[in-house]
Amino acid sequence: MNVISLTTFDLAIAALLLLVLAGVSMALSLGLEKKIIIFSGRMIAQLLFIGLVLRYLFANADGWLILLMSLVMLGAAGREVQARQKRRIRGVAGYLIGTGAMFISSFSVTLLALVVIIGVEPWYTPQYAIPLLGMLLGNTMTGISLAADRLSSQFYEQRNVIEQRLMLGQSWQEASSDIRRDCMRTGMMPIINSMAAAGIVSLPGMMTGQILGGTPPVEAVKYQILIILLIAAGTGFGVITAIWMTGRHLFDQRHRLRLDCLLGKR
Amino acid sequence: MQEQPSLLVSQQPKPVLLDVTNVAFLTKGPYSFSVAAGECVGLSGRSGIGKTQLLRAMADLIPCTGNVVLNGIDAQKIPAPRWRQMVGMVPADPQWWFDLVGDHFPKNEQMDTLLPTLERLGFAMDVLNWEVSRLSTGERQRLALIRALVPEPIVLLLDEPSSALDATHTNSLEELLAELRQSKELGIVWVSHDPAQLRRVANRIFTLEEHTLLEIVTNRTNMLPERLSQA
Repeated sequence: MNVISLTTFDLAIAALLLLVLAGVSMALSLGLEKKIIIFSGRMIAQLLFIGLVLRYLFANADGWLILLMSLVMLGAAGREVQARQKRRIRGVAGYLIGTGAMFISSFSVTLLALVVIIGVEPWYTPQYAIPLLGMLLGNTMTGISLAADRLSSQFYEQRNVIEQRLMLGQSWQEASSDIRRDCMRTGMMPIINSMAAAGIVSLPGMMTGQILGGTPPVEAVKYQILIILLIAAGTGFGVITAIWMTGRHLFDQRHRLRLDCLLGKR
Repeated sequence: MQEQPSLLVSQQPKPVLLDVTNVAFLTKGPYSFSVAAGECVGLSGRSGIGKTQLLRAMADLIPCTGNVVLNGIDAQKIPAPRWRQMVGMVPADPQWWFDLVGDHFPKNEQMDTLLPTLERLGFAMDVLNWEVSRLSTGERQRLALIRALVPEPIVLLLDEPSSALDATHTNSLEELLAELRQSKELGIVWVSHDPAQLRRVANRIFTLEEHTLLEIVTNRTNMLPERLSQA
């Protein structure tokens, strides 16, 4: 099956929809129009840029280049996790926590999938490595940033409860156990919802893209199952890592809650 | 009435339990004082001066400079959770995080030791099955004290422990603590804005200033509250 090529005009029609939405936002004084236009433009520029980069990488499959590209993507994801929090962690630690969690959730899981599950040769074949890493980074980032955001907010809002529990001789792990469990649930909720809806309420994006690109549906479904399983596992491990690292950072060696490590609310 | 003489004043100097030396935090301090076995030290001072922070520093909940030593052992040499069981604290606004009162008490807690304390402060055993949302502010305050006594602290730090209590319950609370000072040699640091209460319960009263503690009342020979020592 040949793919129907999209023209600039086709994309412009889709963009028009967002311009109409921006107009409605302005008419209803929702204040979203500026964001809609800026982030749509940013998305288009980013995707066009990555399209050019991928074209170059596909033509020059160099392991070091792929690794460099992966590290740039990982660093950007780590920064996004930190940037999405209402109460960010002061200094470079917040960035390291975000990047560390994303490394566990995406980098290591992607590597495992490339080497053990898909078994592609060489493992850095860009047609597999970059889209897989991108899918994992993009999807696990939502859960991780939700969990990290909720954790730092809850530590701040429930500081009196935490300190009360510490006063009774509980360790920091015990004093924050309910909050951490709640944040784990929050972080896993998007992927659990997505798994529940997959194939019934929604057709996942990658599978849809593959089918549109001419891949047989069953083959597309198998890849989609693989991706969702990897995303779920990656999100779980990433959320656990983010929660543990954030908790460890916000309590000192004497099990004292150190809210001075958090920046003010944004 | 036969037992009343056992509550009489001890004239013997008691060993020091808690020794606070040059403790400073934020811009406050350094403060130095000690609490002897069975002694109650009262702390007063204007709002915002740092009374609560000083208690939190002693409970090792905030970083501070200086030394806090319990029975000759520095706080930093004892694991923090263990320290906070030995130096218990009841905050001015006690917190509850489970739905049921009983869930805030250790499951293996001996009921025969808990029950008398509950009864002393006006509760029956079934209070453990109550929902926290049913509790009044005063009930929460009394239960918070009982909860803090469960780990059997050596020193208890009280931040306005009867601010929400009526006269009867304040009286019960003061008497319970006086008895614990007598029977278990519990040391107490008692923060209050009520000078009359501090005069009733404390052997020594300090007023907290920005950089010093002023001792305003000393009654070291009287190791028990006035009404018990007069009994």
